[in-house]
Amino acid sequence: MPVARFWRDIPQRYNLYGSRCGSCGKVYFPTRHLCPACRRTSIGRMQSVQLKGQGNVYSFSVIHDAPDNKRLQKPYAVAMVELDEGLKVTGELVDIELDQVQIGMRVRAVLRKLGEEGPGGIIHYGFKFAPMDE
Amino acid sequence: MDVGIVSYGAHVPRYRITPKEIGRVWGADGVAMGKGLYINMKSVPSPDEDVVTISVEAARGMMSRVDVSGADIGALYVGSESHPYAVKPTGTIVAEAIGVTPDLTVADLEFACKAGTAGIQICMGLVKSGMVKYGVAIGADTSQGAPGDALEYSASAGGAAYLIGSENVIATINKTVSYTTDTPDFWRREGQPYPSHGGRFTGEPAYFKHVGNCAMKLMQEMGTTAEDYDHVVLHQPNGKFPVRMAKSLKFNDQQVERGLLTPFIGNTYSGAVPLGLASVLDQAQPGERILVVAYGSGAGSDGFDITVTEAIKDYRRQSAPTVAELLKNTKELDYATYAKFRGKILMKG
Amino acid sequence: MREVAIIGIGHTQFGELWDSSFREIGIRAGLEAIGDANLAGSEIDAMYVGNMSSGRFIDQHHIGALIADYSGMAFEHIPSTRIEAAGASGGIAFRQGVMAVASGMHDIVVVGGAEKMTDVSDDASNFILNSAADQQWESLMGATMSSLHAMIARRYMHEGLATREQIASVSVKNHYHGSLNPRAQFRKAINLDAVLRSPKVAEPLTVFDCAPMSDGAAAVVLCPLDMAKSYTETPVKVLSCAQSSDTLALYQRDDICCFKATQAAARRAFEQAGLGPKDIQVAEVHDNYTISELLALEDLGFFPRGEAGQAVLDGRAHIGGDIAVNTSGGLKARGDPIGATGVAQIVELVTQLRGKADKRQVADARHALAHNVGGTGSAVVVSILGVA
Repeated sequence: MPVARFWRDIPQRYNLYGSRCGSCGKVYFPTRHLCPACRRTSIGRMQSVQLKGQGNVYSFSVIHDAPDNKRLQKPYAVAMVELDEGLKVTGELVDIELDQVQIGMRVRAVLRKLGEEGPGGIIHYGFKFAPMDE
Repeated sequence: MDVGIVSYGAHVPRYRITPKEIGRVWGADGVAMGKGLYINMKSVPSPDEDVVTISVEAARGMMSRVDVSGADIGALYVGSESHPYAVKPTGTIVAEAIGVTPDLTVADLEFACKAGTAGIQICMGLVKSGMVKYGVAIGADTSQGAPGDALEYSASAGGAAYLIGSENVIATINKTVSYTTDTPDFWRREGQPYPSHGGRFTGEPAYFKHVGNCAMKLMQEMGTTAEDYDHVVLHQPNGKFPVRMAKSLKFNDQQVERGLLTPFIGNTYSGAVPLGLASVLDQAQPGERILVVAYGSGAGSDGFDITVTEAIKDYRRQSAPTVAELLKNTKELDYATYAKFRGKILMKG
Repeated sequence: MREVAIIGIGHTQFGELWDSSFREIGIRAGLEAIGDANLAGSEIDAMYVGNMSSGRFIDQHHIGALIADYSGMAFEHIPSTRIEAAGASGGIAFRQGVMAVASGMHDIVVVGGAEKMTDVSDDASNFILNSAADQQWESLMGATMSSLHAMIARRYMHEGLATREQIASVSVKNHYHGSLNPRAQFRKAINLDAVLRSPKVAEPLTVFDCAPMSDGAAAVVLCPLDMAKSYTETPVKVLSCAQSSDTLALYQRDDICCFKATQAAARRAFEQAGLGPKDIQVAEVHDNYTISELLALEDLGFFPRGEAGQAVLDGRAHIGGDIAVNTSGGLKARGDPIGATGVAQIVELVTQLRGKADKRQVADARHALAHNVGGTGSAVVVSILGVA
């Protein structure tokens, strides 16, 4: 069971920790050791930054042909969300009627179960996106 | 020092199911069941929600309403009877998700429906003794009732989180007392998917005896009567017990009303009193006095005498949803979807 | 660097090949190609095999050794290399073979591509395919390869670049072409309505917008151009072969309505070949999803951005149109055994340039282009071939 591999990403999966380049200011998710734009000049200058988790739906899809581990939830929606910090992330959309999802709608990150390694295995938690009440 | 509530947060999943729909499947008069229990509908968690996710949502709301540094939080307890793991604490996941690790103590609690208030008491002790600056106590559940059983009409999901401290307290806990005996009214053995209960034994010798004795002991020690309180929040396994109990303690319906949520969301077990109290605090004014008595089967009651402070005027309540806001935007399910969500259908593999 | 020619081609039936194991289909394509090149076998200097995931589909890694062994090449102890780049495995294997010959490192090189997908359940197969995306930040977070492409389609439509019908028309075209290809997995023409009404996969894409799970293998034999005529009457010249990369995850891109990796590989390939999009008569592009073909047609420069959809609907990418795209049926109808696809594309183009494409023949085919993609445009190979 790949316990360590999932444990390592907890700060990112639970709390959306990304990286800001100390050279050009661009923000990345997940964390990176160097900025693709600045390369060498960014080594050692990448700063940890916690993203707020708020943004707009950039694109989305309602998935019908879902993996077995999503059989209780299908059909479900997945989206690319453009966060306020300017970058995009990918996550499921929850707490919304599937026919109400629209490009541009405001969403915020919430913690939900992503899956589990079987009924006796570790449960993986991470961010999904719920509509933000204006 | 004054110890009390510095902040609070709540969460209730958005799905609902009615007693009528449950009764339809089990050949019972669901409407009558609902009337008898005074439950109009109960909350249902979606497959990707559990006590961890509900606790995190409530705790994040709690944190957003105040400016408290994670480093100052020295303890965190999650009380529930539906922790996702039998061994591996819910509390560590919550602590990580609200950014208060690693300098704190954490443990999970179980005491049927009063595990959340037990956590509040523990935090009070830690704060009062100077061992911690702030402590977090969460009561949350995604309880199950056996298919067709009376409890299926009421067992629901929800939770609330409390930040306990002595600085910037918005509601002082003047005193806490408890009343505890070995009374086997409701239980669940390890590995069993559904709890068992003693039927009407859960009434007089259990709920009423413990809540009543605890409330009376508390009021005696505080030198108060029902008239001294603006609100009373009692454990609410259905909509009827707390009303009956309150009446016998000489409280009127107005005092009960704001803290009574079970008719709308069902019995959220360890979340019940924490959510009921949150509902009261959502509209509380400085100087208001609240009597809170939780009950957990097994059995015991924790009672709290609370006075709302001036500080609540500056409290950033609007940073997180109020209980009233959580009760909007709901979606009603049919029994099949409910059973699917709650893992009551035998799946392959 | 030497000029490279293709002197032999081989291609199994694509589809659900229940009776054939992985090693059988790999060998079958290779032997056909070697035979087509009039080789005995001992002339072969090196092998390259494109394969995405035998390790997960059939629990077998070390494919280079497997194919060398069962093709008899292991007895000659020739170098045998397996290349993995998700959907671009075959195309990149082809490029490795071309580089080996062009550099003078080897003379006769066999490039194969093979995949056996149907020995596992559909769910397991999809799980494996989803590892071509960012496993940690796309797949674990609930996205699937289909939904990633669906999100591209939705954004593409949102930006007014195509309508749903235009996107679906790619499938209609490719099924029609597939009906002319005896080796294709699907050989029945369909209409637009069938595409729109077929079961939803990830909205807005339906089953008919998505390439199938397939078993199959394809192979080509390469040699220096100046040696080609000793092996075949109809050598085909590799005019250029360019490869590019991009971010693993789709969400890391600024614009998801194009694949910059395709644009970069195309630019390099056209430059190396001294040609432009207008010089291409026939192309095999990576239509693992209908939307992917529209992006490809625009990224390769065949149609301006936002016009490929109407062009396909109007028949301008059919056999007989401005440019014949996916005459084999494409990934959609010919089938998409992942590692084989990139090589299968080359086989179809060689067949066209030799004038042997029968009912699918494009009149006056002189230059052909293959476009092979891995993941959501994270790896791209563009190869341009010409009559020798």
